[in-house]
Amino acid sequence: MTASLRIFPRILLFVLVIVYGLNALQVHAQDWVHTGSGLPDPAQKIRLAAADFKPVGGDPQVPLLKSTFDATLFNDLSNAGIFDMVSKSLAPTATPGSPQEINLPQWAAAPANASMVAFGALSANNGRLTVYGWVFDAKNAGAPQVLGKQYNEVANQDNARMVAHRFADEIIARLGGGVNGIAETKLYFVSSRTGSKEIWAMDYDGQNQHIVTKQGSISLSPRISPDNSRLAFSTLGKEGWTIRMFSMDLGRTVSFPAGVAGGSNLSPAWSGDGTKLAFSSSRSGDPEIWACDAGGGNLRKLTAFHGPDVSPTWNPKTNSQIAWVSGRTGLPQIYIMDGDGGNVQRMTDGGYAISPSWSPSGQFLAFSWNRKYGPGAPGGQDIYVMDIASMKWIQLTHESGSNDFPSWSPDGRHLVFQRENGKQTEIWTMLADGTEQHQLTHSGKDSMPNWSWK
Amino acid sequence: MNSRNRVLTCLVLLVAVLDVAGCKKNSRTSANTAPPMSGPAPTAQLTATPTQITAGDQVVLSWRTTDATNISIDGIGDVPSSGVKTVTPSTSTSYHLVARGDGGSADATARVTVTPAQVAVAVPNDSSASNMTADEQFRANVQDIFFDYDSYEVRSDAAGSLSKSAAYLAQNPGVKVLIGGYCDERGSNEYNLTLGQSRADSVKRALVQAGVAENRLRVVSYGKEKPFCTESTEECWQQNRRAGFTIDR
Repeated sequence: MTASLRIFPRILLFVLVIVYGLNALQVHAQDWVHTGSGLPDPAQKIRLAAADFKPVGGDPQVPLLKSTFDATLFNDLSNAGIFDMVSKSLAPTATPGSPQEINLPQWAAAPANASMVAFGALSANNGRLTVYGWVFDAKNAGAPQVLGKQYNEVANQDNARMVAHRFADEIIARLGGGVNGIAETKLYFVSSRTGSKEIWAMDYDGQNQHIVTKQGSISLSPRISPDNSRLAFSTLGKEGWTIRMFSMDLGRTVSFPAGVAGGSNLSPAWSGDGTKLAFSSSRSGDPEIWACDAGGGNLRKLTAFHGPDVSPTWNPKTNSQIAWVSGRTGLPQIYIMDGDGGNVQRMTDGGYAISPSWSPSGQFLAFSWNRKYGPGAPGGQDIYVMDIASMKWIQLTHESGSNDFPSWSPDGRHLVFQRENGKQTEIWTMLADGTEQHQLTHSGKDSMPNWSWK
Repeated sequence: MNSRNRVLTCLVLLVAVLDVAGCKKNSRTSANTAPPMSGPAPTAQLTATPTQITAGDQVVLSWRTTDATNISIDGIGDVPSSGVKTVTPSTSTSYHLVARGDGGSADATARVTVTPAQVAVAVPNDSSASNMTADEQFRANVQDIFFDYDSYEVRSDAAGSLSKSAAYLAQNPGVKVLIGGYCDERGSNEYNLTLGQSRADSVKRALVQAGVAENRLRVVSYGKEKPFCTESTEECWQQNRRAGFTIDR
């Protein structure tokens, strides 16, 4: 009895230290991700209602255009990551078509409890689609108008979606601290649906999936230029892997001699100002990171260390730093260096770390990491975000397949990535804190996504 | 109540208070902490002697493990913590041992390359005396080189294959060779393409050292894009971690 009483307080003290220590480490692990990526704390999201738009006129196209528009607008605002959306089942059934028709107290009251209301009217006349859209502050009856917009386009489904995207982006920019929305951005990716791996493109929400390249070989690592004019990628030819350049304006590949030298030329990466490219090349006998101007001039080798070096990504804020993957010490790790190859710093402390993507703010790296790497070891290949200055990290995917190739959205609030389950590989998106994970493709053959810069 | 019990009561209260406070701070997302291991990590060693045989010959597998409670070799089953076993593989085989214990798991692989019996009795380097086609002779003499996980160093057990390839190429000076670098399915496409490049380059250097002219050897990395097999097993992964050869026409 006496002995156990003597030991018990020591055990308690030990438990106490462990419990307290663990909690200290876990304190608000997500706060820095929210702050750095511009995602509001869940409790501080703006309560926004998107009313169904009022159909105007008797054109038979109107009902279909309206249902596409309504669904796209609601989806864009839900995806934005900054709104607490009023679900359609809680919203008033009214469809106010103009400022005169809206009854704001009805939207401000329970159960909608909206702070802001987006509403408007949609009509089709003589083949033209016209949309009037407003955002009103439900809590400011005196001067409620926050936004008023008008759109006029050829009446078709694509334009109903596009107008909804543009109106959504206006709302997001106005209510989201001036950061542009991403509803009009594109995703480029690799798909083998036609039998060979080609570069494909789709809208940010998975709509409008279509093939871009037709190389008939294996094409990988699509990277769209910041001005959306050129798509760099890597293709296997008779002499090995070359960096190819596809002109989005001309709709065909154009010459890029800097990417054609011998050996494997892989994983191109644009600087944020579009003036430089970095890529991996083994032309000197060992895979190293090289850089050149956008036209291919001023070619220079940045790394000089035996072992694989691949997957560069520029700091898009400064365009003077590069993160990449190196196998110089064994299993691949993430490193950063200056644009001239100096100041090399290792960022990951072990495991198997690949595929970095530098956030638009310059503050974060997203990458794929298997921390407990080893044959038979538990854990998987998951997406992580690291704060570069503090080297703190957070795990975003958990026990759902093998995840790789994260790519930041231009607003810094989202990531697109590939997830492999069994032999099926698909494109997914999520918010930068790992919530709201959505699958965009369903062919089982889609990989290596890249988010456009605007 | 003596003083010791008062201390005890205080501690219990303190723990309860801190625990309640701590619960509120718990994040939904995992933080930077590793789970505690409950014992020393196991170790595992596995060797095969010899590593190259002709079909029908015997190979002795011997293994040794520490801190493991469950040890198995794929295709053989559960085995003691250390031991010796004679096997007669009919085709090239990677023996894979996994040792699991309270402190995690370890594994070890030993590969045995089996040469078909008829090739051993043929006269491989004399093309005029053979009724094999050029492609068949090439395949019989220039054989795949296999690599360890995440490694591009030519293993010592590849020396025989390499010198045989070099001898064949010396006897057939008109033959040019395409060396393909391949990887298993794990990890990223991009990283594996550089790893495959390094594997093919390592083999090219070894052949050049063995006297083959550099301009007869061409290298292409296939990474994990063109796997030889697609099962998620160590046997298949080992088959895919290789440099493969074809006549470069």
